Amino acid sequence: MAAASTAIPTAAEAWRETLPRRGRVGILALIITESVFFSIFVVAYIFYLGKSVTGPFPKDVLSPPILNTICLLSSSVTIVLAIRALRAGSIRTFGIWWFITFALGLEFLTGTALEWHRLIYHDSLTIRTNLFGTTYYSLVGLHALHVTVGLLLILLVMVLTMCGYMNDRHVERTDVLSWYWHFVDAVWVVVFLTVYVVGR
Amino acid sequence: MKRWYLTIAIIGCAPAAAFANDWGMGDANSKIPPSSVFNPVSTPAREIDTVAFFVVSITAVIFLIVAGLLAYSIVRFRARPGDDGREPPQVYGSNPIEFAWTTVPVIVVLVLFLTTVRTIYTVQAAARPPDALSVHVIAHQWWWEFRYPGLGIVTANELHVPLSDPESPTPTFLDLESADVAHSFWVPRLAGKTDVIPNRKNSMWIDPQVAGTYLGQCGEYCGTEHAMMLLRVIVEPRADFDRWVTAQKQPPARDASVGHGRQVFESTACVNCHTIRGTAAGGRFGPDLTHLMTRETIGAGVAMNTPDHLRVWVTDPNLIKPGALMPAMNLGDKDLDDLVAYLATLR
Amino acid sequence: MAGSIDHEIALGAADDLQSLPFLGKLHAWVVTVDHKRLGIMYIAGGLFFFLVAGLQAATIRLQLAVPDAGIVPPQVFNRLLTMHGTAMVFLVGMPILTGFFNYLVPLMIGARDLAFPRLNAFGFWLWFFGATLLYFSYIGGDGLYGAGSAPDVGWFAYAPLTELPFSRGNSTDYWILSIFLTSVGTTATAINIITSAFCMRCEGMTLSKMPVLVWLAVVVAFMMLVALPPLSAAQAMLLLDRFLGAHFFDTQAGGSAILWQHFFWIFGHPEVYILVIPAFAFASEIIPVFSRKVIFGYSVMVAASCAIGFISLSVWAHHMFAVGMTPAGNSFFALSTMLVGVPTGIKIFNWLGTIWGGKLRFKVPMLFSLGFLFQFLVAGLTGIMLAVAPFDWQLTDTYFVVAHFHYVLIGAIVFMDFAAIYYWFPKVTGRMLSETLGKWHFWLFLIGFHLTFDTLHFAGLRGMPRRIYTYQPGRGLETLNLVASIGALVQGVAVLILVINVLRSLRSGDPAGNDPWDAWTLEWSTTSPPPEYNFAVPPVVRSRRPLWDLKHPEDPDWKYE
Repeated sequence: MAAASTAIPTAAEAWRETLPRRGRVGILALIITESVFFSIFVVAYIFYLGKSVTGPFPKDVLSPPILNTICLLSSSVTIVLAIRALRAGSIRTFGIWWFITFALGLEFLTGTALEWHRLIYHDSLTIRTNLFGTTYYSLVGLHALHVTVGLLLILLVMVLTMCGYMNDRHVERTDVLSWYWHFVDAVWVVVFLTVYVVGR
Repeated sequence: MKRWYLTIAIIGCAPAAAFANDWGMGDANSKIPPSSVFNPVSTPAREIDTVAFFVVSITAVIFLIVAGLLAYSIVRFRARPGDDGREPPQVYGSNPIEFAWTTVPVIVVLVLFLTTVRTIYTVQAAARPPDALSVHVIAHQWWWEFRYPGLGIVTANELHVPLSDPESPTPTFLDLESADVAHSFWVPRLAGKTDVIPNRKNSMWIDPQVAGTYLGQCGEYCGTEHAMMLLRVIVEPRADFDRWVTAQKQPPARDASVGHGRQVFESTACVNCHTIRGTAAGGRFGPDLTHLMTRETIGAGVAMNTPDHLRVWVTDPNLIKPGALMPAMNLGDKDLDDLVAYLATLR
Repeated sequence: MAGSIDHEIALGAADDLQSLPFLGKLHAWVVTVDHKRLGIMYIAGGLFFFLVAGLQAATIRLQLAVPDAGIVPPQVFNRLLTMHGTAMVFLVGMPILTGFFNYLVPLMIGARDLAFPRLNAFGFWLWFFGATLLYFSYIGGDGLYGAGSAPDVGWFAYAPLTELPFSRGNSTDYWILSIFLTSVGTTATAINIITSAFCMRCEGMTLSKMPVLVWLAVVVAFMMLVALPPLSAAQAMLLLDRFLGAHFFDTQAGGSAILWQHFFWIFGHPEVYILVIPAFAFASEIIPVFSRKVIFGYSVMVAASCAIGFISLSVWAHHMFAVGMTPAGNSFFALSTMLVGVPTGIKIFNWLGTIWGGKLRFKVPMLFSLGFLFQFLVAGLTGIMLAVAPFDWQLTDTYFVVAHFHYVLIGAIVFMDFAAIYYWFPKVTGRMLSETLGKWHFWLFLIGFHLTFDTLHFAGLRGMPRRIYTYQPGRGLETLNLVASIGALVQGVAVLILVINVLRSLRSGDPAGNDPWDAWTLEWSTTSPPPEYNFAVPPVVRSRRPLWDLKHPEDPDWKYE
């Protein structure tokens, strides 16, 4: 069969423009599946509220991690600013905002670690203490794991920036990474509300 | 080629079947009608039977119509040998047809659903009369404990209940709990199965209207010997049931001639797991043996209750029920004989 | 419309591979990211485990042929049933469907590969590792005091049987970890398929012009995204219970055994639709071609499949009718289960509508498809019986349910897997499978299948529960079980014929050419096998059946769609 005369480059390019971009669809699919994964842990948390046979109980030992939350949620803002800078081509500004994002995320992890240290050594709450301990550590821990993965990827980009490899051709991929980061922050909102507001 | 394999299969199985011991259960079971769900004798099973007949009828009609159309179309529209090779008319769809064959199933579903809900509520939401007999069923790996709290008796594996008169029903309510993993109480001719789950209280009821013995077994995989966690429900007229209760309430007769056997029992680990009222044995891990000989079977229905089988069981339960949690007692022959003689007096 | 390329160029690419030494060829397969090679590896892996798990089933049926057969001890039997079930779902059903979608989706949308080829390879090797890990448990599951071996907790591994006190050793841990890995691999594939369908279609192929198979692949992929995480989450929780002393399903500490069941079946029910919708996809491609008619009601087929996907997320507790839910709860799930039967029935009617007025050619793929239609109808109807919750109180956990789901798994899914193999083998290998051997395979398998599973319905109705290593004589179950076991042997012979057919045809089957079946979707426009890049010039399409338009320029589809 002869090649169809309709296959001129312009039409093909025009067609491709109508299709969504792979990175976005891929990360959206990942976000959907991860959201369901988190939901199961949230459901378990809510299901077991008030069912612990022995203490300690949430209202005795939990205090809302306000600073951690502010830092994490702010990092969503700073990452947007970073992407905007990258899109405009100002690598230096991008680098600064990116570093701040990393630092805010790191603060969140550190804060969580400190909170866990207090719960374990001061309040004697571990994953095996009771149902509250089981569901608390698994849910918050799962989220912290996702924050860690995000931070590792952000660190990778930071290293690439410092070595001078980043430029505005990487906006698309960096944006996809930022979507993952926004997802992690959105999950924190749900976890925070479940554990520190509803659950207390 | 098929017959070859068939022959081998049968030949291969025959010796195994010949050597396998059914511990007398084959004969005993043959005297009882099969536990068919379509042969109910109790109201829950009857209600299920009715709705089952209804749904099977509906699905049979659907099957005949659709399969009939399929069969017809396969014959009618097959390509004939002298065919001209032209493509048949291409039909892309038809909105009226699609509408019709969406609407009819929805109506069928509606009718079926309403019938189903009625049966669900009839069985599950039945009122519990204050004077109904209550049995506390505790499922273990791999046997059934039956406690009659109102009557003060405890037995195992074989459930006695009074006959219920359809005119003035006397149902028995079963409160189900598990001591370990998930099980399920199922006696098909009496009721549907209800799961028995640890840390959860479930209830069910039966009102058998025909006297006799009904077979059932655990309906939820619960480990090694799930297959042999059998149930026998003995339905007796009121007078007989009351006699059975009275007998169960008595402590077993003390027979001096088996004193040594009782001594063996009381001084070995038996007492850690078993209870025999009137003795030092108060263990609750295994079945209550107070009136062991009033039961037809041992090992939760795995063998007929004869002194020979008892002897094998006490020697090593794994010989009859591999994986049973009772250990081999490693008794000497004399101790074993005396012990079995003692157990044989527990009526 | 372009797409077919110079035959010699394709052969040239193949020649390079032929000239490599064995290790070179092996290396090429191991490092491949080509969707076609990965698809073949998935299918080959699935077929391998089909034989393994099939042998396990044969052993089960041998044991159950007569009461107290004593062929295997109960512990071994319980491992057999667990491994048979687990392997058939995760190591046979899933990879075969994944493999076919992997192979076909890019070809059918006129693309060069899936959206993320390296992710594809990653997903495959994760699956491979998980599969190996599951069977490695026979050796490695030993644990403390030799207490372990392969898992023996049933394929749905109910708590608290799976908790440490009741499951010593590491057998359950192998079950958890191997399935967890394969699930991650499957999720990777799901992301790939969705992204490809949305982002990589060739020019002119709007979503409403995608073949039904591609649509259904997208539905399946979305279901995978939503249904697999509950299982993985529950497994992670169980792992935490077993290794870190958590109490998710620890009933002694107030944990709930029912919670495991909910999580498992929230996965488990959509999972069986994930397994069966690909069978629908194959049927929707094969039946039209062998009826010489376009699929009846394309839009309705797609909509019904989406509806099935969606509704199937709400029916899960029909596996739990007997656990003691409230009457209202039981009623809700009875209703949702009955409702999901409506779009399913509609699909059967649409296939009937496709056949109606056609010119049926009874080649082997069509024979298996016709078997599928009858058997899936029966499976659906016994499913409706089970949806009637009170009837389910008798039938759940009995051989009636076993018969029902084998009607779906074998009668529908395996039959369509066979149909798909006979249909696409020529495209994948360039050679035809033998029609004669195929017919022997079909008829023997049909007879064996019905011998076994028709009778097992009645065993359930007579009080035979599932997962029992034996049954006592005198219960009225002997004849039924013997007949069922004979059927298993017959099926085994039939599968052997398939294996012989495949091996012989790989060597000396008739050359297939591009389009041996006179079909209409894009994969038939390229060579058999396709070149690595699929299409020399990206195709441009105007309708759902691009090759129909080519072959019938006087009466193209795009005038009527």
